[in-house]
Amino acid sequence: MAVATQDGLRQGRRGDVDYVRTTAVEAMPAPGATTGAIGWVRTNLFSSPANIALTLISVLLVYWIVPPFIEFMITHAVWTGADREACLPTADRPEVGACWPFVRDRFSYFIYGSYPISERWRVDIFFVMLAIGIVWLLWLEAPRRDLGAVYFFVVVPIVSYVLLNGFEAIGLRTVDTSLWGGVLVTIVVSWVGIVFSLPLGILLALGRRSNMPAVKLLSVIFIEFVRGVPLITVLFMASVMLPLFVPAAYSPDKLLRALVGIAMFSSAYMAEVVRAGLQAIPKGQYEGAMAVGLGYWQMMYLIVLPQALKITIPNIVNTYIGLFKDTTLVVIVGIFDFLRTVEVSRIDPQWAAPTTSATGYAFAGVFYFIFCYGMARYAKSVEVRLGKSDRR
Amino acid sequence: MSIAQDSGPPKVSLIYDPKVRSIAYQVLLCAIIIFLAYSAVRNAADNLARARIASGFGFWNQTAGFDISQTLIEYSAQAGTYGRAFWVGLLNTLLVAAIGIVLATIVGFLVGIARLSKNFLLAKLSAGYVELIRNLPLLLQLLFWYNAVLKALPDLRDSWTLPGSIFLNNRGFFAPSPIFQPGMQFVAGALIVGIIGAFVFASWARKRQEQTGQQAPVGLVALGLIVGLPVIVFFLAGMPATLEFPEKGRFNIRGGMEILPEFAALLVGLVLYTGAFIAEVVRAGIMAVSKGQTEAAGALGLRTGPTLKLVVIPQAMRVIIPPLTSQYLNLTKNSTLAVFVGYPDLVQVFTGTVLNQTGQAVEVVMITMAVYLSISLVTSMVMNWYNARIALVER
Repeated sequence: MAVATQDGLRQGRRGDVDYVRTTAVEAMPAPGATTGAIGWVRTNLFSSPANIALTLISVLLVYWIVPPFIEFMITHAVWTGADREACLPTADRPEVGACWPFVRDRFSYFIYGSYPISERWRVDIFFVMLAIGIVWLLWLEAPRRDLGAVYFFVVVPIVSYVLLNGFEAIGLRTVDTSLWGGVLVTIVVSWVGIVFSLPLGILLALGRRSNMPAVKLLSVIFIEFVRGVPLITVLFMASVMLPLFVPAAYSPDKLLRALVGIAMFSSAYMAEVVRAGLQAIPKGQYEGAMAVGLGYWQMMYLIVLPQALKITIPNIVNTYIGLFKDTTLVVIVGIFDFLRTVEVSRIDPQWAAPTTSATGYAFAGVFYFIFCYGMARYAKSVEVRLGKSDRR
Repeated sequence: MSIAQDSGPPKVSLIYDPKVRSIAYQVLLCAIIIFLAYSAVRNAADNLARARIASGFGFWNQTAGFDISQTLIEYSAQAGTYGRAFWVGLLNTLLVAAIGIVLATIVGFLVGIARLSKNFLLAKLSAGYVELIRNLPLLLQLLFWYNAVLKALPDLRDSWTLPGSIFLNNRGFFAPSPIFQPGMQFVAGALIVGIIGAFVFASWARKRQEQTGQQAPVGLVALGLIVGLPVIVFFLAGMPATLEFPEKGRFNIRGGMEILPEFAALLVGLVLYTGAFIAEVVRAGIMAVSKGQTEAAGALGLRTGPTLKLVVIPQAMRVIIPPLTSQYLNLTKNSTLAVFVGYPDLVQVFTGTVLNQTGQAVEVVMITMAVYLSISLVTSMVMNWYNARIALVER
């Protein structure tokens, strides 16, 4: 009854008042100036006088940077040739870009340094082993990643030491580390830094948060000391002071000294990264672990570290990026890393041309950028992934 | 009952007492460290005796006998000592670090804000700069600036000449330098008075605003005091300064101010590199201020400028300062890369040349490390003080 009355009332009203619309007005198309390509340009580039000025400056910058860059790298570049003659400016080609035959000629030197040519297959195997380990660890859905960690942190170091250094007993002749060079050394140095810095960094971080005053003090002193001085001085210390501190008979070779310096340096930085992760774990986790009767190491290994390291992965990778870039400084102790091989090659008279230096640096830049940017993207993707898992 | 009497902790073997264990571990650790240190010192003494190197700091006052290309204090190969060379190197390091920090801050703030700009092109350009620079080793960038850019400039004869006797060639950058005459001390005094006056006026204006709400034109008055006062005194004192113009000869440029290409390469490299990192710090800091703050400021009727100045920046600075400090320290530490482009900083002069000439490895490396450690500690102390000053005051 009541429903019917109301219905009737509504109908009656609708019928009575003619000027009330019963249907919504059709939406008008948005003004032309705010949609489509023109609208986008107007809102993003020309919304105000200041914005127009900024756009003009940006366009000018792009115009100054991008076309010369493409000209240098591609359109004006020299692609074939046997020596410097190919890359010299001539009357009909006054503007010479990158001298790529130089890179092609020196490519194997860039990769292996002076490693004996007949033994370079060993380096190739090392690269492949390392690549497998990296993919195994970084690919989050890979099977048996615990085995992968053992492979990466234990198997690869031992096998690659035997492989690269040589082991006369099984017929691999010894290759002196002074012959190692190029990408090989860059990878070895950064990888040793990575392998040593994480365990040492975890120990130092735990030490810094320890209840034992002596352990805490020693950890703090080591971390703050190493972080307070430049890497170069740490390398100097490893290079000129380390030989003094060990008996003359065991004087370490150059590469080993640099590796000790890099490992010390990176573990101090890693310790701070891990400490930040440890601090982010709520106290209840520690208390819960203790309540179920776990000892200190069980508590750390089973409860705290798995959670702390998981949220620290992006920062760990960022530390590795810094470490990878810092490996270029081992030149100071006389080691031929990748950048050093580029430096040596670019002043070689055989390829002396106006653009040889810039070409060498461009190639080195592409190499470092691919590695560092790749790592940065990985860190970012893990961050996004972790962010998703934390959202309930 | 007797139970109540011995309710103390149950007697356990000492091995299971956590306190005893912890002390035992620590004693063991200290013993290992002391043993290592002891054997290191003994080995060092042995090795040094065998190499016939006298340890100690006696070399400090010996004549150095090498030249340094840039000296802020008086130094010559014949008269200078190793100790003097140390101070020359240290001052050069501080010079490049100080200028680098100022410029990197400017670059970093500009790029960081530009990356958040609504202007699509500008934002993408800044992002590209940051990504490119941050993913390349600093050493590569320094070598590029030095060898591929500055060393590729025309030589002396074909120097680029800018109006006002400014020359640019592969030996450096030459510009007129001011020569001060007596009377300049009044101008310097006026500058100091002006700065102090500006601070006094600012604090008076702040107090008055807190009490009465009246605002004072602090910026204009400060500008007048800091710039205007010295300028007036400069003219009153009879313009006691002239410019010395560099003159280009056949083989060299005489007079004026000379900026070494090594210095320029190091400075450009450090500023662009650290600037990219500071840009990220600034961006993160601004994004950490929630959007509601800006909206609330808008609801109160503040325009864009005051919103930034009064609401966003003070809050963002709290997030920005700590990582900014570590970037400043990084820049100072990275200035040691001077050794690769031949700029005479502390490491190049002292840890390089002096170490090679004297062979006093332990002393020289220790002094170098002590210097950088003190710079780090002093900087973090100053920054911590500033940080505490601007920290959020909660009830």
